[in-house]
Amino acid sequence: MKKGVMRAGHVQIRVLDMDEAVSHYKQRMGLLETHREGDRVFFKGWTECEKYSVILREADSAGMDFMGFKVDSDARLDELHADLIEHGLEVDELPAGDLPDCGRRMSFLAPTGHRFELYAEKEVTGRHGVGHHNPEAWPEDLVGMKATRFDHCLFHGEDLDGVYDIFVNVLGFWLTEQAMAGEERVAQFFTCSMKEHEIAFIKAEGNTGAFHHASFHLETWQDVLHAADIISMHDISLDIGPTRHGLTHGATIYFFDPSGNRNETFCGGDYFFPDHPVVTWDADKLGKAVFYHSRELNERFLTVTT
Amino acid sequence: MYRIEVEGTGVEFECGPERSLLAGMEAQAKKAIAVGCRGGGCGFCKIRILEGDYDTKKMSVKFVSHSERLDGYALSCRVFPRSDMRVVALEDVEGNKIIDTGIIKL
Repeated sequence: MKKGVMRAGHVQIRVLDMDEAVSHYKQRMGLLETHREGDRVFFKGWTECEKYSVILREADSAGMDFMGFKVDSDARLDELHADLIEHGLEVDELPAGDLPDCGRRMSFLAPTGHRFELYAEKEVTGRHGVGHHNPEAWPEDLVGMKATRFDHCLFHGEDLDGVYDIFVNVLGFWLTEQAMAGEERVAQFFTCSMKEHEIAFIKAEGNTGAFHHASFHLETWQDVLHAADIISMHDISLDIGPTRHGLTHGATIYFFDPSGNRNETFCGGDYFFPDHPVVTWDADKLGKAVFYHSRELNERFLTVTT
Repeated sequence: MYRIEVEGTGVEFECGPERSLLAGMEAQAKKAIAVGCRGGGCGFCKIRILEGDYDTKKMSVKFVSHSERLDGYALSCRVFPRSDMRVVALEDVEGNKIIDTGIIKL
């Protein structure tokens, strides 16, 4: 947290059919529905303190509308607003309440075609079912995969150097991991916390604004296997897993929501401190970097986006 | 059950009205149409329908525009047969050499 950006705070995902999507995110992923307004439904994982982290919007295409990062104070918003403008970006200031129970937001379009935003305030409703005073270990009313929190997103885009500049040099993120093809960075993972990544980008020429996945945290490998069972029990579209990544070393399973947006549930993996060296994977080890066990790239995982 | 023919591949499979063409193909372990998200969102399984009656579920306009819909284009994971059908796939299922596609540059 070099410049006050704390974490990935929310993501708004477009879905084709709201009823199917709500059933998936609520009954299968185990997120909690916390709000409904207009054409949008709001969710959070049970450990998350803010009122929501996932927003679904019914639309005529799948994909991501925007991803928001929480900063540590309102004053920081003005500082980063100025820094983004100085960097040459057009920044829209959205008033408090434009997103329900959320303070003002600074929104900008990154050169990869993805919209990101910063915010400092959102209603804090606390951990679901256990609260913050003599809290029990976990709530007993969870269903499905029991995802604990929205964790990070991965996007495909062309101008990786452009978003590197914004996240590292303007917003104060660290580069934690990268895949290199010679001198060219073809995958880059950024954090602003102890998590190995809050956001990541993969090089995909000609693909603009593409959404690869939103990821949700689970506690254990057994939970990842449990998620795999839920996927089979309910005939959810499986992408790949359970397996482990070389990049970040997280244990993972990937699948698709009913509109084709990719979801990940994962556990474990590496952690970050600012004195950690950058982890580098070479292009000729990319199979192992992506799928540590099979060591083979899979076309669907690398090319399907919404 | 209806008979579905994927033009130019020699692949035929049977598909009931409750199943999408893509799910029907996968259920019979046939490979003629590329399988992506299976949810109408990614465009991988795009086809053009040459013959036959069908219903569709909502699919992403990013990959099938309204005018394309009128010309018989669709995502096969969202197409439910109502008669025998003849279709053509737009993506080669053998396209699994991502290094050569330029989508990911290595």
